Amino acid sequence: MKVPDVIRHAASDLMAEYGLLIDEDRLEDWVELFAEDCDYKVVTRENVEQGLPNILIWCDNKDMLRDRIASYRDVNEYNLHWDRHIIGLPRFCGEAAGVWTLEASYSLFQTDLEGASRLFSAGRYRIEFRMDGEAARIKTATVIADTGLIPTLLASPI
Amino acid sequence: MSIEVSWERDDYSRVPYRLYHDPQVYAEEMARIFRGPTWNYLCLEAEIANPGDFRTVWIGDTPVVVSRATAAAGSAIHAFVNRCSHRGAQIVRKTHGNAQEHVCIYHRWCYRTDGELIGIPFRRGLKGEGGMPRDFDMAGASPRRLKVANVSGMLFGTFSDQSEPIEDYLGEFGMGMVRRFFHKPITILGYSRQLIRGNWKLYAENLRDTYHASLLHEFFVTYGVDRATQKGGVKMDARHRHNMNHAYTATDTQEDAKAAYAGTAGVKLDRMRLRDTKLLQHTPEFADRMNLAGPTFFPNCIIIQINHSMGTRQIRPKGVDGVEIFQTLFGFADDTPEMTRHRLLSANLVGPAGFVSMEDGEAIEIIQKSTLNEPEAANIIEMGGRGPITDLDHRVTETPVRGFWSYWAELMGVEAPGGVR
Repeated sequence: MKVPDVIRHAASDLMAEYGLLIDEDRLEDWVELFAEDCDYKVVTRENVEQGLPNILIWCDNKDMLRDRIASYRDVNEYNLHWDRHIIGLPRFCGEAAGVWTLEASYSLFQTDLEGASRLFSAGRYRIEFRMDGEAARIKTATVIADTGLIPTLLASPI
Repeated sequence: MSIEVSWERDDYSRVPYRLYHDPQVYAEEMARIFRGPTWNYLCLEAEIANPGDFRTVWIGDTPVVVSRATAAAGSAIHAFVNRCSHRGAQIVRKTHGNAQEHVCIYHRWCYRTDGELIGIPFRRGLKGEGGMPRDFDMAGASPRRLKVANVSGMLFGTFSDQSEPIEDYLGEFGMGMVRRFFHKPITILGYSRQLIRGNWKLYAENLRDTYHASLLHEFFVTYGVDRATQKGGVKMDARHRHNMNHAYTATDTQEDAKAAYAGTAGVKLDRMRLRDTKLLQHTPEFADRMNLAGPTFFPNCIIIQINHSMGTRQIRPKGVDGVEIFQTLFGFADDTPEMTRHRLLSANLVGPAGFVSMEDGEAIEIIQKSTLNEPEAANIIEMGGRGPITDLDHRVTETPVRGFWSYWAELMGVEAPGGVR
């Protein structure tokens, strides 16, 4: 579809930041890519294809997303690891009332503290964003994980 | 084949690490426990509501089809081994679906929806040549079937003719808890799966260890979802193979909890406050007013309620050092859209990414990793006391873990001399 260059560039910057901020463990900065009325969800393809609504993670506003990150930092225990996101080129799906929708594939590798890497998750993003000045802000981010068999556990965001 | 275990103590308060690593122990468990005189959780009746519906599951390491027969085949629920009698290929390859019959792709042997072998291509050969011997017993060649029991819509199966009736196996407490959860029609909200690199028994023990719940899962304590200071306890069946951790809403205060957990390294009640607390909203919806109930049935199942999230989990051993936790989340058919939304938000608490459950995956893996090198060394299971295995009206205990081992030892034929039961 026809997408103005300014939107294309903003979306590209957004997705680059999205992956790298998580990989750099700057999760509080990652949250700032989202609008206040955002919705962040991790679901699995197995459920989506059956039309089932179950979620792995669901934050239906930015405060819940902040709570997730705060809990990750201070409350939960998990496998100690580094994340590495490889995000594919975005496909633009449409625009309505200033909200753009894109989809992009991802693969997410986890590396433990002794340096062993494994493919942790493969899937796709469906992201709705709108422009906030020069930058794109996420309204909804839905992670549809093909990898429904979660290795060990899911603590840091995808 | 059999195994030997020299128990250091007859109350199973010492378990040698070998039992989590030895492939021979694993092979015996599959035969004597999962294919032995136990009832295994299969799936929920609501998942195979229509004639022809099926789901594929795992009982131990055996692939099993759970199927509601077509109307022509009687519409009853059946379970049979998902392995073609001919060459051993998987008959049904999908996780779920609806079928009029099941056909193996390799040589197109055909099975009725109740598991009966009904078709063999070229059985009589072509033009009088080839084909199966005349005396081949097709009826006798069907895949092995499980006996199925339906308790209020929760389906259990057993491979053994020696199993007790399901009512006796689950006992009064088990039957009561199944009826409690499934007292009205349910609706399936979806699935989650998790692969933990640890022995299946570490997960089974985890479900019987109420001691860890409020220590490892700090979210529980921080937000008062589940604390040892709440009213609650552990119940077991007469044979101590099943158990239930349970607690009641709002039966302690922040001050009780602060005093109790004072000085416990790593547990800080006021470490953080949720900005959005709707996740924790809970209005008792069962007559017993429990907000946490986790009846756990030997060997492969738990039904888990944490506030308004409810699910079943099927424990699927994947070799000696792996276990899949397959969780089915459900609500009630008469839930309002708001309640469904709330149950889904509450699902943030449970599952592989659950605020109060993610830690188990890590705890199990770090045991599996660090116990491999010293097979005859043993763990310590004394919280809650030594000796007899009894119900408790508190939860500072891991006594049900000893109950698990006691029954495990009985089925495996390796009970400690004079061992407690």
